[in-house]
Amino acid sequence: MRNEFEHEQLPQEEFERITIDSDQAERIEKPSLSFWQDAWLRLRKNKAAVVSVVVLLLFLILALIGPHLNGHAGDAQNLRHANLPPKIPGIEKMGIFDGVGNLAGKKVDLYEMKKVDEYYWFGTDGLGRDLFTRLWLGTQVSLFIAFVAAAIDMVIGVAYGGISGYYGGRTDDIMQRIVEILIGIPTLVVVILMIMIMDPGIMAIIIAISITGWIGMSRIVRAQTLKYKSQEFVLASRTLGSKDGKIITKHLLPNMLGIIIINTMFTIPNAIFFEAFLSFIGIGLQAPDASLGTLINDGYKVMEHQPYMLLFPALVISILMIAFNLIGDGLRDALDPKMKD
Amino acid sequence: MAEHLIEVKNLKQYFNVGKSSEVRAIDDISFSIKRGETFGLVGESGCGKSTTGRTMIRLYDATAGQVLYDGLDVHAPKSQSENQTLNRKMQMIFQDPYASLNPRMKVLDIIAEGLDIHGLVKTKKERKERVIELLETVGLNREHAERYPHEFSGGQRQRIGIARALAVDPEFIIADEPISALDVSIQAQVVNLLKELQEEKGLTYLFIAHDLSMVKYISDRIGVMYFGKLVEMAPADELYRNPMHAYTKSLLSAIPLPDPIYERSRVRHPYNPKDHQYGPDEKVEFREIAPEHFVLCSEKEFKEMQAARM
Amino acid sequence: MTKILQVKDLELSFHTFAGEVKAIRGVNFDLIKGETLAIVGESGSGKSVTTKSIMRLLPQSSAEYKNGEILFEGKDLTKVSEKTMQKIRGKDISMIFQDPMTSLNPTMTIGKQIMEPILKHQKLSKSKALEQTINLLNLVGIPNAESRYKMYPHQFSGGQRQRIVIAIALACNPKILIADEPTTALDVTIQAQILELMKEIQKKIDTSIIFITHDLGVVANVADRVAVMYGGKIVEIGTVDEIFYNPQHPYTWGLLSSMPSMDLADQKLYAIPGTPPDLLNPPKGDAFALRSEYAMKIDMERQPPFFKVSDTHYAATWLLHPQAPEVEPPAVIIERMKTFPGSRYYVEQTGGNA
Repeated sequence: MRNEFEHEQLPQEEFERITIDSDQAERIEKPSLSFWQDAWLRLRKNKAAVVSVVVLLLFLILALIGPHLNGHAGDAQNLRHANLPPKIPGIEKMGIFDGVGNLAGKKVDLYEMKKVDEYYWFGTDGLGRDLFTRLWLGTQVSLFIAFVAAAIDMVIGVAYGGISGYYGGRTDDIMQRIVEILIGIPTLVVVILMIMIMDPGIMAIIIAISITGWIGMSRIVRAQTLKYKSQEFVLASRTLGSKDGKIITKHLLPNMLGIIIINTMFTIPNAIFFEAFLSFIGIGLQAPDASLGTLINDGYKVMEHQPYMLLFPALVISILMIAFNLIGDGLRDALDPKMKD
Repeated sequence: MAEHLIEVKNLKQYFNVGKSSEVRAIDDISFSIKRGETFGLVGESGCGKSTTGRTMIRLYDATAGQVLYDGLDVHAPKSQSENQTLNRKMQMIFQDPYASLNPRMKVLDIIAEGLDIHGLVKTKKERKERVIELLETVGLNREHAERYPHEFSGGQRQRIGIARALAVDPEFIIADEPISALDVSIQAQVVNLLKELQEEKGLTYLFIAHDLSMVKYISDRIGVMYFGKLVEMAPADELYRNPMHAYTKSLLSAIPLPDPIYERSRVRHPYNPKDHQYGPDEKVEFREIAPEHFVLCSEKEFKEMQAARM
Repeated sequence: MTKILQVKDLELSFHTFAGEVKAIRGVNFDLIKGETLAIVGESGSGKSVTTKSIMRLLPQSSAEYKNGEILFEGKDLTKVSEKTMQKIRGKDISMIFQDPMTSLNPTMTIGKQIMEPILKHQKLSKSKALEQTINLLNLVGIPNAESRYKMYPHQFSGGQRQRIVIAIALACNPKILIADEPTTALDVTIQAQILELMKEIQKKIDTSIIFITHDLGVVANVADRVAVMYGGKIVEIGTVDEIFYNPQHPYTWGLLSSMPSMDLADQKLYAIPGTPPDLLNPPKGDAFALRSEYAMKIDMERQPPFFKVSDTHYAATWLLHPQAPEVEPPAVIIERMKTFPGSRYYVEQTGGNA
């Protein structure tokens, strides 16, 4: 089983004693990487997350510039141009997006019939408004609501959870009882009540989403604070004489940032979805404002005859949801210290 | 200047007082540590030895009793500046090299934390130089300053923890199981470093551990704890040669030694607290059985032990 | 001297985010029936990975067997199907882990947990299995087994839990018992009890034990033979006396001299400088050379083969090459060698004082 024990003759100088510099034994070969650099490297290797980031950036840009791309205003009504199917220059020759739609069971080029020379890339709705413009306006509104709601969730959640966990004892008891009461009230009831007292609109929806949304974040932050505040590096800082503020900002927050970001990343799609849901059931945004939810609501009513009205906003919302979730997953893998080797 | 730098008097630390889950982590212990001495505190997990260290450095408030540092009551209310001075004079080294360094901070900032808090350096340049000096004291070098804790091995991290404690020029260091999470080959590095630092800077140590052979090696005097009580206290050699309390005997008989021949003939003395059979009116207290050798025992046991020593 | 398990040229790598970690770099050893083989080494030396690779407990997504074989009863365990492996695990080879808190299922009574492998591997009736369970609990020294088998893990102390874990491992009279640091999480007095128990049991049921630990005191207590691992390789293997009283590898010297002895007072402890090698890019030559004061030029360039010291004792260090200069081991080691017949420092005990 073992090697041969016949020893080959080796050059004698091979057996010279050498002294090793003890510094060499302490040397670290790996390049120095901070936690965030390391996380970025990991995230970059996650293809789904990278694609999602690109798609998301694309949608963000489109949401910003999309409404100005084809010269139609989002609220310009033109009844003569109502209910036109999509027609895109260039692609029309390939047999899709050529302005052909169903009319009384027959396929007709509606643009020709109505003598419309303009192109409506994603078609028009019943009032003759350009759907392409409205779609990106709606995306803008949906994303705005989602980002603001997520930011509010984060601020309140981190502060509430942090205070509750860090100070502990009676403070924690009282704060947690409040949370338990809040969580006991069905969100939808709170939201409907909120919207009934306030004017329906973007602000109302944001407040409605945030009013209970921060609870999840606060619980996570509280648990993390409890975990970290008894860690030895925090104790060490206390024995050195650190004040509470320093401990929170220098030791606790940087360690929780990862999980806060991940959680926020999952809050955003939830907020988009919740907004769409509110608008869809009719207590969200009111006309003429558009959001992905109202657009889907409009499209759903004429699904049979003008499926494109539902198709585009539905696609955008689905892709947004998937992208945010994939990024969230990617970030979780990248930021989770348990995956460290 | 008192002869004893640290005096612990009738210290008690109870958790969940008054509830059914009351835990007497420290149950009336007293000892003192001389200037420049290493006092070892040993016992098994849950015996209260770590709690003792943490209470002494004010991570916990004591339930009763006193800890005097150079005559000053550590737990009594104090002015801001007195607090600051005490924070500088007493420092702690922790057990877990992985949990005791903030993973998001560079080694430079970890070590400099104490310098910043106490305003010991004026400029950024001075700060960095001081940190590099400290790194070199513990056998690391300047290129380590810009790195993050996860890039270091356990032994290296523990040395960074020591450098952090040294940054504020302490006189007294509580080492809370500083080697139990380290590999054998690395333990000696850390223990030697602690000894060198003691000689150089005249430090006083409280060395908490469950590994008796290492404690014996580093300590001048040793206290043995069992369920929140100090059961025996003696100079290190005396404790090993003449253990008196049954629990100390059992502990000593259980340490495996790297000596197969000895191991084959080892006899273990199991300890059962019921064997004492203390009567209801017997006073069990700390009695001096030989100079500086104290044992927790009853009057009757005391006499027996003295007879056995003759 | 039946060889019950043979590990030949085993090489294993983990594919990680940072690259390929060569965790085991050519490991050879045999396990003889009825013996206790201790594998010593520090964290990252590959001792745990070696035994987990025998049990095939490593994550299949990242671990790869690069070379070599593990022969057990004529089968190569690196190649057999997962189904065959499941039959071997728990029946022929079983394992005890470090932490008795996490290796028991907290929601199942201990009786059920011990019966599980019995019912799975031996086709026994429930009442027979229960009887065996109680026998096992008695064997590992749990008092009142008849009533306590219905209790849950949290109702037992740490030491008792480890006894229960041992009972589960022994349930099917395994031919090999792998104990991965079974006493590291325990207090010294409990550790002593568990070690005694394991030795007693081995006498009774004649199983072979692979005992992984980093504590040389424990090794001296339990082992018949010792393999010292460093940097993913075995650097020295021999009987317990050979390793403790006639060590040949500088790493073994370092390990033994860095432990304080109880009687030698106030002598500076020897500390191995530096840190273990990073197996992401293992050194080209002898992995220990960078930390050794006995390093030679060749250590930097070529990995040393095994050199034979005796029929049972081999060490992988160039110092044993006939052309190597004679070096003097640390004083503590010479002290040890003086007691070992056959070592070059052996001093014959004359009985009286010289």
